[in-house]
Amino acid sequence: MRFKIIGMFAAVALLAACETVPEDTGGTAGGGGAAKAGDQASKAAAPAPGTQEDLVVNVGDRVFFDLDEYNLKASAQATLQNQAAWLKRYSSATITIEGHCDERGTREYNLGLGERRANSAKDYLVSLGVSSNRIKTVSYGKERPIAFGSNEVAWSQNRRSVTVIAGAGS
Amino acid sequence: MRRTLHLAGIVLGLMAWLICPAVAELRIDITRGTVEPLPIAVTGFAGSDAETSRVGRDIAWVVAADLARSGLFRPLDSRAFLQTALTMDTLPRFGDWRVINAQAVVQGRTQKADDGRLRVEFRLWDVFAEQQMVGLAYYTIPSNWRRVAHIISDAIYKRITGEEGYFDTRIVYIAESGSHKVRVKRLAIMDQDGENHRFLTDGADLVLTPRFSPTLQEITYMSYYGDVPRVYIFNIDTGRQEVLGDFPGMTYAPRFTPDGKSVVMSMAKDGNSEVYVMNLRTRMVKRLTHNSAIDTSPSYSPDGRQVVFNSDRGGSQQLYVMDADGGNVRRISFGKGRYGTPVWSPRGDLVAFTKMSKGRFFIGIMYTDGTGERLLAEDFNVEAPTWSPNGRVLMYFRKQRTNKDGSGGRSRLYSIDLTGHNEREIVTPVDASDPAWSPLNP
Repeated sequence: MRFKIIGMFAAVALLAACETVPEDTGGTAGGGGAAKAGDQASKAAAPAPGTQEDLVVNVGDRVFFDLDEYNLKASAQATLQNQAAWLKRYSSATITIEGHCDERGTREYNLGLGERRANSAKDYLVSLGVSSNRIKTVSYGKERPIAFGSNEVAWSQNRRSVTVIAGAGS
Repeated sequence: MRRTLHLAGIVLGLMAWLICPAVAELRIDITRGTVEPLPIAVTGFAGSDAETSRVGRDIAWVVAADLARSGLFRPLDSRAFLQTALTMDTLPRFGDWRVINAQAVVQGRTQKADDGRLRVEFRLWDVFAEQQMVGLAYYTIPSNWRRVAHIISDAIYKRITGEEGYFDTRIVYIAESGSHKVRVKRLAIMDQDGENHRFLTDGADLVLTPRFSPTLQEITYMSYYGDVPRVYIFNIDTGRQEVLGDFPGMTYAPRFTPDGKSVVMSMAKDGNSEVYVMNLRTRMVKRLTHNSAIDTSPSYSPDGRQVVFNSDRGGSQQLYVMDADGGNVRRISFGKGRYGTPVWSPRGDLVAFTKMSKGRFFIGIMYTDGTGERLLAEDFNVEAPTWSPNGRVLMYFRKQRTNKDGSGGRSRLYSIDLTGHNEREIVTPVDASDPAWSPLNP
């Protein structure tokens, strides 16, 4: 009897593991920002509206930057436009924008660069009508990478700003 | 009485030296590129009982390890010694030491004083001149024997090289563990040889870039306590931590001024990082840079009159020097690549830095006007040089690539001589980064 139950659990665990594999492809599919957001595997069920999961799945929580750059590319602007629309819909939500860098800069300079990236995203959201007092920024420099391998593929995913819901949306 | 004894040792040494000027003095010129390490015999310090004998052997072992690690000395294997029992009452048998080509002999004695303290006495002999070079005695609580060993190493180093030693010092650094995604980072401190290791913070908060106070048992560092990145001061004796100032944005890249009275750091607001200096007593803050660039990693010259920092105001990250009032800014790095983490040397004539070029990292030095660039170490990621207090050795960290599955990325501390020779790992219990060398212990 006992064995059977363990067997079932093992199968479920395996399945769950399989489901989270595609998450590693980067882009806007899951994978939280820093410590708090954590990894949010996409669920089969639609995420509750106004939540971090909703933002990740239906809008995109992050934008990417070129090496040692903080200007927003067209693709980044498009994502942030969607974020601005989403933030207008959930008008009580407050956010923290995290700025991140790849590992190819010195630690302190990268803290400054991450700060710049977070503020680029913030400034653009504000220009689209999102109130600046709904937005906090924090730089993690190169301290919170999400992709590994120490190659351009990984680095391009780590040079990012991530929008994290800080206060509940409605 | 005690004091007279140890002074007598020095005077004796000096006199002997004065009397025989014809004999070339035993000396290592450490300013030259490569030096053949000086063969030295560090004999076990004779004890008066089992316990002091054991401590005596341990002290000799630590002294020999210090001298060997400097790369300037080659301690000889004690199994080759012809004279095994030296006493402080008679001269060493110099002939026996010449046979095994020992150019210097260290002998010593450990005793229990009446008040329970440990008395450690040592002499350094020039074998070929048959003269005592230095002789000193110390009293300490028995548990402090290791520190006495480092002080003796410093005395030997100074007598033979003419430079201050750096063995009685400590390293504060960031101990790393766990997944690279949410790396656990703790402040940690140890002797310069890796001993007496202890963690100062528990890892609950991300901490970065610790630096020693030049005058007090304090460290300034950056912490994400409460998810708010700020510069803090940590008191090593009390464990007390205190946030520095009430700034409207992230503060980072802290470093004490040479007089220990202020902390210079960067403050980032609305995406713009500028350099500020805060007086620790008055809490007055003064802004030093005025530029939309990232201005950070400030480090004062030892006379306190200039500051070297890095800035991307010219388009890429480069080194700049400004006067202490923020004026007279001039760029000093002009090589190919980006330059960061400049640190002014304790002697004042050099700046150590991290350089990034063609996907590689380097640790290098240049004169303070930017001339004479020399690269000492290279790897996928070497970063954050810190100077030994005598300005002869740099320590930094070396981080490996990560693998696609998040493994790898090992990070360790290394030291290297200014000459680019004698690179050595400083062994730490877990991964390590952001080392900072203390001044000589008070």
